[in-house]
Parts: sequence; structure tokens; C-alpha cells
Amino acid sequence: MKYAARLINLRKHYQLGDHEVQALRGVSLDIPEGDFLAIMGSSGSGKSTMLNLLGALDRPTSGQYLLRDRDVSEMTDDELSEARNSLIGFIFQSFNLIQQYTVLENIEVPLLYRSGTTSISAADRQKCLLLADRVGLTERLDHRPFQLSGGQQQRVAIARALVNDPTIILADEPTGNLDSATGEEIMRILTELHDEGRTIIMVTHEADVAANANRQIIMKDGVIASEGILPGNKRVRA
Amino acid sequence: MRLFRTIQLAFKSLLLHKLRSGLTMLGIVFGVFSVIAMLAIGEGASQQAQQQVLSLGATNIIIRSVKPPDDPAASQSSSGGRGGSVQRYGLTRADYKILEETIPNLTGSGLVPVRELNLEARRLGQVTSSRIVGCTADYLEMNHLAIAAGRFISDRDNFDMANTAVLAYGTAMSLFPIDNPIGQSIQIKGRAYRVVGVTQERTASAAVGGSLSGQDFNKDIYIPLSTLQSLLNSGDVFSRILPGSFSAESVIYNQITLQVSSIDVVERTAEVVRETLERTHDKKNDYDVVVPLELLRQAEQLRNIFNIVLGSVAGISLLVGGIGIMNIMLATVTERTREIGIRRALGARQRDIVNQFITETIALSGTGGLIGMAMGLSTPYVFAGGKWILKEFILDSSAAGSEMGKMFLGMEPVIAVWSLPVAFGFSVVTGLVFGVYPARAAAKLDPIEALRHT
Ligand SMILES: Nc1ncnc2c1ncn2[C@@H]1O[C@H](COP(=O)(O)OP(=O)(O)OP(=O)(O)O)[C@@H](O)[C@H]1O
Ligand SMILES: [Mg+2]
Repeated sequence: MKYAARLINLRKHYQLGDHEVQALRGVSLDIPEGDFLAIMGSSGSGKSTMLNLLGALDRPTSGQYLLRDRDVSEMTDDELSEARNSLIGFIFQSFNLIQQYTVLENIEVPLLYRSGTTSISAADRQKCLLLADRVGLTERLDHRPFQLSGGQQQRVAIARALVNDPTIILADEPTGNLDSATGEEIMRILTELHDEGRTIIMVTHEADVAANANRQIIMKDGVIASEGILPGNKRVRA
Repeated sequence: MRLFRTIQLAFKSLLLHKLRSGLTMLGIVFGVFSVIAMLAIGEGASQQAQQQVLSLGATNIIIRSVKPPDDPAASQSSSGGRGGSVQRYGLTRADYKILEETIPNLTGSGLVPVRELNLEARRLGQVTSSRIVGCTADYLEMNHLAIAAGRFISDRDNFDMANTAVLAYGTAMSLFPIDNPIGQSIQIKGRAYRVVGVTQERTASAAVGGSLSGQDFNKDIYIPLSTLQSLLNSGDVFSRILPGSFSAESVIYNQITLQVSSIDVVERTAEVVRETLERTHDKKNDYDVVVPLELLRQAEQLRNIFNIVLGSVAGISLLVGGIGIMNIMLATVTERTREIGIRRALGARQRDIVNQFITETIALSGTGGLIGMAMGLSTPYVFAGGKWILKEFILDSSAAGSEMGKMFLGMEPVIAVWSLPVAFGFSVVTGLVFGVYPARAAAKLDPIEALRHT
């Protein structure tokens, strides 16, 4: 089996003065390509910490994180940036669009930081337009984030996450700031992406959002407390 | 392409806060503007000085007779004929002879002696007070004058002590308002002179050095030097009776102008002239040697000092502008912490963030520089407008005629072409220098913490 990501006895400790916070205390997890994983758990249990590590935003204190066979714990800052740019697509709870840019420009941002390529080609532009179309924003290309609803903003963020064809899409409570109808729309898009074979890892508090995934883990005090298919799961993989 | 896009996006960020960006830019705008404007004023002044000096002739050495300070010992008494004292001073025939014989490097024109008198000239009903200049044929060329009609005083005139006269344009206009002066006669001190030529109009030269006052060539009447000297009482004595005394002055030449063959030998020759005269005049301070080329050098030196002072002022104003920019960029970085986190999450390296913020800072300062440059280019027009307003509405005629008024109204700023790229370059460098710190601060932010920032 090919793995999109593997966590091997991953630890993350924060030093607060002379007090050490152990946010992750030995997490091991294999995420095969095409997986749709939901991470649940109570507040402070280490979900965001784990997602930040998965997103190569940070290095673990100890243990190994293999992203597409590359060991993230050994990477330099520039290599982490490059990994985030090419292998990972982020979707945030609060959308995190760049306010002064239009929809199209926001979708293009990851292209600005590609390694090797110096400019945005006509093909790149075409791809951005296709992605905008895919999330239903063709009519809004010149709008700025403040002119969009929350659901529309999150769809821009999804298009942006896809523009560099990442290995993994990471979503931290993607529906947390949306009403349930809009949230369902977003989940429908994520489910579609999963059906296309993309790997998705999502943190959520809500069981019925987590139910869209084909696998759930529950964190507790920095470790995985339980793993498996929750009762009432909508999608059981054949 | 990439650079163009980066700059375009930088402007988008700056336009997010138009007022703030605009106000921040003002520091640079005025910095650059003042640099260009002040350099233009300096350049204008120096060009004016240069023109004046050059109109005196860069290859000329001018020796003027100067009335020595009223020192009884210095003014030697001699037989004035009527028991009064006659003060003799200045350049003599002996001086002329020794200069002619000993000074090297002179051109064909060589030495041109001049005797000047202020007298009235008449013609029919018209009277005008003029400067009567007794001169030789070479005077014309040496003073960069030109003939408008007829001819100038010739060597022949001098030899013959002819009663011929050449009128300057202004004199011709006042004595002959309607008819052609050539061939007509004018009266000076009861003698009649035949007008043989008229010189072209020429702008007055300003005062240069201590002894060479401004010359208004337009009120001159040129006659042969020999004729003038014969006109003077007993040959030499200027018959003006000084008020309150019986003393009179005797001056042979008011000025002797030497022309040397090339600019390279001017200063060396001037040195020889000074030494020679020091010997013959025995420390009497009754002459002054004016070397236009030296004045030119002095003017250049003055301009260099001026430029250094202006440079420092400009440097300080750009420094202040730069600090303003840095301050705003630091605030911007704090304010846009979250944006920085987003960019880092999407793959921006630290150096991409540094580049972004430096580009924004340079875009800000560079735009300020461009605006300042445009304003700088308008300096001559602003000046012309300012002068017009001053003349029309603020200064009365006496204030306009005062030294300050004349100085200001006489200013003609000339934009130094090199100051434009230099001033703009400084604005860009200011952006670069003061952008580095905020940009590095932005790049050093931890991506996760930056993302959490509200
Ligand atoms: N930068 C940090 N410095 C110190 N402690 C931290 C830091 N980040 C997280 N922690 C601690 O690590 C633990 C796990 O935090 P984390 O943000 O992963 O929780 P979470 O599961 O995402 O919670 P929530 O559901 O509230 O988002 C918490 O006790 C938190 O206080
Ligand atoms: Mg969290």
C-alpha cells in the first residue's frame, strides 16, 4: 500500500518557562493515499498540533513524519515551505483569504511560491479558472473576500488548496464558521474530491461532519484514544 | 514578468490603506522635491555667475585702478596749479609700458587700456548722462561687444586723436530716438564728435569681486583713448573738484585689460602681473587685479560647498522620510501578521516574505520619489509663479529694488539633469534600507503563531 503520510511515535512538546506542555505524546498513524480521515477529540487534546505537524508548518520534537517518503522532521525551513507549497493544500476554519486580493488572485497565491517556475503561464491561469468554475465562483472572479459570503470564501480556499495538485488536503474545522446548510455544501465538495482519489485529513468537533470521512480517530491528551468507524457513519468504504 | 507581478501586488497592498500610504509617502515626496529644487537654485545661481564671469572673458586679466583708502600719507600732494592737492593713484603709463614689455603669453590684442569718465552728452535738445569710455580698437572684442551699425573706434582714430564716437545701444536710443545716428554729431564738454557706429544691446553684467562693479554697457559712449586723454585737464588730471576741498584726482587709466593666449596660462600670467605691479607700486593699494577665471573657480567652489550643505539637508529629510516609512511598515507587518501566516502556509519561504515587504516599501518610497521628481521638474515654473505673485501683490517697488528683493527676483533655477536620477535613486535606496528591518521581522514570524493572530 502506498502511504500519503506516516506518523511514527510522533511527539510535540512546548516549553513554557520551566513547564513543559506535552501536546502530542507519541502518535503513530498511517494514512494511505486516497484516505479521508476525520480527527476528533475534546478541546486541548492535540488535534490542531497534529494537523500543524501534518501540514509541515512545524517539526516534531521527536518521532518521524514521513510525507510521501520524505522525512519532515529533518527538513530545513525552506524545505518545509517547499513541501507545504507542493504537497499540501490547507483549508482553514476562518477561510484565511488575502483581503486585498480578488478571488482569482487568491487562488493564484500558491503559484507565486512554486519552486522553479517564475511566472504564471496561460495554462496556470486556465487551471485557476477551471478550479473557480468547479467551486462555482466563475461569476465572482473579481470580487474581494469581504464581498463574499462565508461559504463562498471557503470555496475560494478550496480552489486555492487544489491549485498545486497537493498530495494531502488538510482541513481544520472547515465548517466551523458556517451554518449547517453551507457546511453541508462544503462537505459535498470535499467528498467529491475524495471520490476523485485525493487524500483528505480533517479536524472537526461535529460527529455528522466527521461522518463524511471513511475513517475517524479520536484524540485524548495527546494520544489517539480510539480509531475506527463511528456508529452512524454515512460512508463505509467497500 | 514575475517582478512586474510582484510590484503590481505590492501596489494592491499599499492601496488597501490609501490615506496612510499617501501620508507616509509625503516625507519622501518632499525630500526628493527639495533636493531637486535646491540643487536647481544652486545650479541656476552658479550658471549665472559663470555667464557673468565668462562675459568678462575667461582669458582676461583685468587690472583696475582703485582709489586708496583716505590715508593722508598715501595721497601725495603735487602741484595742481591752484594750490589744491591732487591725488594721484592707479595705473600709469609706466605700468602699461612695463606690462607690455614683460608679461608673457599675451594675444595679439594684448593690453587694452581704458579711461572712463561720467559726463553728459548732448545732441540738439537731448541730454543724457553717459559713461565716456576712452579705449582702443581691441576693446570691442575683449568685452564681447558687437557692432549693430557702422564701425568701432579704430587704431587710426587713436593715432589721429580723432573726434569720433561709437554709441552704445541705450545711448543711441536716448540721443537719437527717431533718426539714424551714424554720421551725425554729438557734444561732450563742448566738443563735437562724429558718430561712426552703434553697438548691439547687451545685458548688464553684475558686480564681480570687490572692485569690479556691475557694468551696464548700454549707457556707454566709446571714443579714442588718446582723444579722451587730451580732453582731460593738463592731459591727466581729472578736473572734477571733490566736494568740500580743492583736491583733485589724477588717474591715467581706470583699467587695463590683458588677454592671454589660452586658459591654461591665465593663472600663471596673473601671478606675474601681480608680482610686477607689487614692485612698481611699492605696496600702494591703488590697483586691483581681477582674474575672471579665478572668480569662476571660486564660484565653482562655492557651488560645491552649497551642494554639500544641500546634500546634508536632503540626506536628513530622506532619513526622516525613511524613518516614517519604517514606522509604518512595522505597523503594517503587525497588522498583516495573519496574512504572513497564510502566505507561509501556502509555501512562501522566509525570503519570499522579505522580498514582498521590501518590494512594498520600495514601491512606496519609489512612488514618492517619482512624485517628488515631477514636483521638482516644476521648480522653474513654481519659481516664476512665486516671483510674479511677489512682484504683483506683495513687494512694493522699493522692496523689490532692495538687495534681498533683487536676489530673489534674480533667481533663475536651472534643473540639474543628474539630480533627477540621483534623487529618485535615493528614494529607492531609502525604501530598501528602511524596509529591510520590517521585512525581516515579518519573515521571522512563526507560521503557526502568525496564523493564529487575529
Ligand atoms: N504554541 C504553543 N505553546 C504552548 N502550548 C501549546 C502551543 N500550542 C498548543 N499548545 C498546547 O497543546 C495542547 C494541544 O493544543 P491544540 O491546539 O492541539 O488542541 P486542539 O485539540 O486543537 O484544541 P481545540 O479543539 O480547542 O482547537 C493544549 O494544551 C495547548 O495549550
Ligand atoms: Mg484546534
